[in-house]
Amino acid sequence: MKFYHYLWLIPLFPLIGAAINGLIVNRRGMGKNLAHTIALIGSGLAWLWGWAAVLQWYLTEDHTKSYVVKAFTWMSGGMMPLFGGGHAPLEISASYQIDPISAVMVSFVTFVGFLIHLYSVGYMHSEDDRAYSRYFSYLNLFMFAMLTLILGANLPVLFVGWEGVGLCSYLLIGFYFEKDWCATAGKKAFIVNRIGDFGFLLAIFFTFEYFGTLDFVKLSEIMSAHHAAAQWGGAATLIGLLLLVGAMGKSAQIPLYVWLPDAMAGPTPVSALIHAATMVTAGVYMVVRTNFFYHLGPQAMLGVAIVGGFTAFYAATIGLVQNDIKKVLAYSTVSQLGYMFLGAGVGAFAAGLFHVVTHAFFKACLFLGSGSVIHACSGNQDMRTMGGLRKYMPKTYWTFLAATLAIAGIPPFAGFVSKDAILGKAFEAGFTDLNGFGTAYFVLWALGLAGAALTAFYMFRLVFMTFHGEFRGTEEEKHHLHESPWTMTLPLQVLAILSIFGGIVIGFPGQLFHKEGWSFIDGFLAPMMVGVHEHGEHAISFGLEWGLVVLSVLVACGGIFVAWSMYKKDPSFSVPKSLAERFPRAYQLLLNKYWVDEIYDVLFVQACIKLADLLWEFDARVVDGVVNGTRHLTVGTSFVSGIFDLRVVDGIVNLVATINYRASGAFRRLQVGFTQGYAMVMVFGAALLLAVFFISF
Amino acid sequence: METQYAYLLNIICYLPLAGAVMLLFINKENVKAIKTLATTVAAIDFIVSLPLWFLYKPEGAEFQFVTKVDWIPSIGVQYFFGVDGFSVLLILLTTLLGLISIYSSFTAITNREKEYYVFLLLLQVGMLGVFCSLDFVLFYVFWEVMLVPMYFLIGVWGGPQKLYAAIKFFLYTLVGSVLMLVGILALYFYNSTGLEAIGLHGLGNAATFAVPSLYAIAPQIPASLQFWIFLAFFVGFAIKVPMFPFHTWLPDAHVQAPTAGSVILAGVLLKMGTYGFIRFSLPLLPDATVKAAGWIGVMAIIAIIYGALVAMAQKDMKKLVAYSSVSHMGFVMLGMFALNQAGLRGSILQMLNHGVSTGALFLLVGIVYERRHNRMIAEYGGIAKIMPVYATFFLIITLSSIGLPTLNGFVGEFFILIGAFAHKWWWALFAASGIVLGAAYMLWMYQRVFFGELNNPKNKELKDLNLREQWTIIPLIIMAFWIGLYPKPFFRIMEPTVNRLIHRIEVAVPDFQPEQQIAVSSAAQHEEEPGHAEAEAEE
Repeated sequence: MKFYHYLWLIPLFPLIGAAINGLIVNRRGMGKNLAHTIALIGSGLAWLWGWAAVLQWYLTEDHTKSYVVKAFTWMSGGMMPLFGGGHAPLEISASYQIDPISAVMVSFVTFVGFLIHLYSVGYMHSEDDRAYSRYFSYLNLFMFAMLTLILGANLPVLFVGWEGVGLCSYLLIGFYFEKDWCATAGKKAFIVNRIGDFGFLLAIFFTFEYFGTLDFVKLSEIMSAHHAAAQWGGAATLIGLLLLVGAMGKSAQIPLYVWLPDAMAGPTPVSALIHAATMVTAGVYMVVRTNFFYHLGPQAMLGVAIVGGFTAFYAATIGLVQNDIKKVLAYSTVSQLGYMFLGAGVGAFAAGLFHVVTHAFFKACLFLGSGSVIHACSGNQDMRTMGGLRKYMPKTYWTFLAATLAIAGIPPFAGFVSKDAILGKAFEAGFTDLNGFGTAYFVLWALGLAGAALTAFYMFRLVFMTFHGEFRGTEEEKHHLHESPWTMTLPLQVLAILSIFGGIVIGFPGQLFHKEGWSFIDGFLAPMMVGVHEHGEHAISFGLEWGLVVLSVLVACGGIFVAWSMYKKDPSFSVPKSLAERFPRAYQLLLNKYWVDEIYDVLFVQACIKLADLLWEFDARVVDGVVNGTRHLTVGTSFVSGIFDLRVVDGIVNLVATINYRASGAFRRLQVGFTQGYAMVMVFGAALLLAVFFISF
Repeated sequence: METQYAYLLNIICYLPLAGAVMLLFINKENVKAIKTLATTVAAIDFIVSLPLWFLYKPEGAEFQFVTKVDWIPSIGVQYFFGVDGFSVLLILLTTLLGLISIYSSFTAITNREKEYYVFLLLLQVGMLGVFCSLDFVLFYVFWEVMLVPMYFLIGVWGGPQKLYAAIKFFLYTLVGSVLMLVGILALYFYNSTGLEAIGLHGLGNAATFAVPSLYAIAPQIPASLQFWIFLAFFVGFAIKVPMFPFHTWLPDAHVQAPTAGSVILAGVLLKMGTYGFIRFSLPLLPDATVKAAGWIGVMAIIAIIYGALVAMAQKDMKKLVAYSSVSHMGFVMLGMFALNQAGLRGSILQMLNHGVSTGALFLLVGIVYERRHNRMIAEYGGIAKIMPVYATFFLIITLSSIGLPTLNGFVGEFFILIGAFAHKWWWALFAASGIVLGAAYMLWMYQRVFFGELNNPKNKELKDLNLREQWTIIPLIIMAFWIGLYPKPFFRIMEPTVNRLIHRIEVAVPDFQPEQQIAVSSAAQHEEEPGHAEAEAEE
């Protein structure tokens, strides 16, 4: 049997799990053990089948090509006129494909997904039965949508997954829906994402109208043709930019990032799975998946880099001063996603996807670790009242530290390898004046480097405030501190190990040791990247390569040192406090996230509601006013025409008068209460009509 | 023309009439018997209509199940029933919603039950007759028949302002249908003797009101006459749709009508307008259609955005859903006047989708209204806690309404938008903003009704759906998933109708699609030539 012939089973398993939990277990209130067993089986089978399919496909098929499985024809829209005069059939099938890109995604998504399901068993145990099964139903549904997203073989199927994960995100952010702010955060996530989807949909339309197909394989072929750049350059730029709008929404980039920090209202395992490891990387995945557009549209690619570079830095600055442990991680996620975009934007699509994978390991570990902390602190998320937790929860501490070293970019941890690959490529893009945008790429590289320093600082600030020093909470809380159960610590340990070794194993930085080609992921993904061979592999010298590595390690160590001196050496945090007092404006600006939420609220939300109210007034007063006015006018006209007994007038006026007469007649009858009589008349009238028909026939 | 199984249409159409007559003979105190009979009749009608789905042959003749006999031979009026793929779908929607609306009224209606069910069944006759008729006079008779029961349903069983709403509904639609009658007569005379009094020269054909015969002369109708007839039809149909700015009867009628009335109104009566466009305006007046497409597209876009924004401002759930209908029907019109395959398919499918989703939304709003006698959004909040099944159903329908993929709304909207895009790309640019606004107003309402704390003491005792209520919604949810996941059978049935329609327009107006040359790349124009020649040479 060939596992990869049944690719659609991978998303189907968790969907079945979701259906059973949602329709049966939840409605009957059948208990927690059953609920999580079903959910674990659903995601576990997806994991096993996914790995088996990937492995088998890798060994038996040509793994430089896509293997497409068509499940059924989904939508058939007939022959459509295209831009430029031709016609093409709009046939959209529910097709799944496996190729290096989706193989990488499936491998880690199913695995991390399963671990987080396992973790949830421990984390959610205090929920009541119904909420518990509802939670696992949503989580399984999410796995279905996410796997559809990454296995889809055309843009519309990708869009199905895209919207599906958005729905699950909405449901899970608003999981504690009795709390109004949770429900609001969920709604905000959905609507902001819809703005991105608007761009995505337009990109789909443009793609079809230019190329007459929406299948990735065919599009890739068209874009690889040797005169494609001249013919399709403009189209590719346009589509690339529109897809970028979609990606900004899903992957929380400037200016559509505002929903992600609020999304932390959901349960912490959800933040780990959806809002860190998998869903939010969908935008990066899409950019990588459609890299042929960006390759042919250099302006669009620069756009990706600009969005990514600025987000990476900007979000990191906000992360510096936040006190909520999950908020820090949320802004760090936004920032790290920025690095992935920066990678894609400098043409290093493989490096971008590599960072997606390593980020999934260390950020899932960090979020699950923070969940473990919050669990121990009875739901408290404020780091100012934590501290010293190292003693109480050693497993959480050590795993958290490993992931923190990874995100801070300390070699040889996973984050270092992938982040450095991105920064190296960004520098190279500036150095080689890629597409003539050399200066811009240098600036973006510098932003990325500065962001790396900030990352190291705020992550170690988090570690020192949470795990070191003395506990700053109440005695009662202190009494409650404990290590989490094995279902929670096991995933942490697995993810910590991956945060340490995952990077160098799958993406060994061979260029530093004259061993090009030792990076498995680069070689594996290369066939999927249009034009990847055209760039010179040795654009920058060996010495410069090492110089960059040393520079970024120094920068990271600098960040850690500052965090250490401000938050570890001095347990009263006097330096940061005095800084905040000395620069109150800057501090407030960062603490309030540049007031972007407030600005958006006034500019868009309130404006939209005002406009709605205004139009509603207009509708009730003006449009309906005209109607009512006309009615009075007609009644008047027919009254006049009645007085003068004009028999031969304009037919329409007469008829209107008749209508009025009939209507008011009916109206009078009604008040008298002859409804039954009327019903009779109608029935017999209709019967009479029939009789006339039968007689004449 | 296929006359096989011709009796089917007649049975489907008149069975409710027979039911209404039978109801008259039941004592009005015997409410249980009345309900049972009405439901049984509607159920049988639905079951009898199902064979249409299987017996209709898409590859067969244009109109099937045809009954055609002379009715008033002197002026060429025929009793002419027949359906194509498009009307088959609408008939099935009507019989399904007819059954559901009767079944949903058991506890909602507590006075004059007998008359109520009689009117509902008569309404059913009118609606089915409209979809079956292929003779203009017959069509017009049913069109008017439909109006009266609806008028009474709103006027007798409606809310506090029922009389204002009922009369507004009646007048609005009657004004429209009178103009439509003028248009019909103009067509009729043009085809036959002409009307010398107004300088109209006829073609001299045998006098007929048969729609298929008139299709044949469509290319010969002069552009100026097409324009006037199109305008006359347009007013009649645009009011029914309703298109902005002819829509203000809709919120009043919807809000005041009883739940079942709203379901039928939204689910079927609004389709009368769009049905009229596709059945008459487009194939009979192709030249005017192509010329008007640009204007109507813009009106549709205004309706999409305007309807969505006004919906956002509503505080009454039913009014919100009513305005969302304006927006959704804007999509239907937009896809239709894109005049291409995807647009028309999407438009037809979206008619069904709107019937399913909005019908279900009105049922759902009606369910809490029945419990609380209040439809204001602010009166609710947090009821997901005590009505979990209701909340789930409402969520699924909400998602279907905002076009989430795998549910019905997406397929329709996607095709409409891609069709609009292929017609004039900026249409889709504006219309797609409707999907953002749609999500905003629906989810906002959902949040205010279902989420948050349950702090209104009047809601503490709310009961979740009972079995009967669940079964009024479940069929619609199944439909939503079916159309969303596997719409192929629906496309198969409507395909020949769409093909013929496009063909008819093409014959009359050969270059009817606007040229859209978007510069692919400035460099491409120069460099493309040699490469392009090579590619062609290879082929």
